Amino acid sequence: MTLLKEKAVKLDVELDNAVEAIRLSGELLVETGCATEEYTQAMIDGYKRVGPYIVIAPGIAIPHSRPDNGTLQSGFSLIRLKQPIPFGHEKNDPVKLVCAISGVGDNGHIEMLQKIAMVLGDKDKFNKIMHAKDYDELSKIITI
Amino acid sequence: MYILSVCGMGFGTSLMLLMDIQSMAKDHGYTVEGEATDLGSAKGKSCDLIVASSEIAASLTDEEVPVVAIDNLLDKDEIKEKVLPLIERLSKEG
Repeated sequence: MTLLKEKAVKLDVELDNAVEAIRLSGELLVETGCATEEYTQAMIDGYKRVGPYIVIAPGIAIPHSRPDNGTLQSGFSLIRLKQPIPFGHEKNDPVKLVCAISGVGDNGHIEMLQKIAMVLGDKDKFNKIMHAKDYDELSKIITI
Repeated sequence: MYILSVCGMGFGTSLMLLMDIQSMAKDHGYTVEGEATDLGSAKGKSCDLIVASSEIAASLTDEEVPVVAIDNLLDKDEIKEKVLPLIERLSKEG
């Protein structure tokens, strides 16, 4: 059982820029009932206002906002980019993987961040995610 | 010892970073207090050490305390290698 739903995954997508990637990652949360459209906008606004703080590791962006900006349930989406995209981060660009998270409750976003950090911080798992063929393979790697 | 962890918004990655630091410090016998904050609120706050994601740390230039820049927030080894020596030093200075 994973918090990652099949419809929240898009593999080898071609996108032009960071905002498009954040928007799609948010739309996937909306489609799977994890968040409202306001949440997507909050993530985009955060990126535009503060910059590439969401690129927390080399090649990895984790768009997120506060639960009170429109999350409905805990979950996350996953986009693997066909062509890496620069987000404007000096050290960690370009981004290859975009995982938007939604958490509920005061600290729900922190719990989700920690869960996703456990998976993506594991180099072996990260490599497997970058090479997984389909959702079935992914769901065996991402067991949160 | 009081550590300020700083990220873009002050509620997500900075909190995760602070928890990682506290847990790492505890494993080595140190108790660390601190708070997570955003760049705007970080300026002028009193603390012993600032730890920030690297793109944020670049903006924290005239601080009176050491500023540690973390590139990979998922890499617990990087956090330990950069932060633990400072925690050890600050503890000795009391």
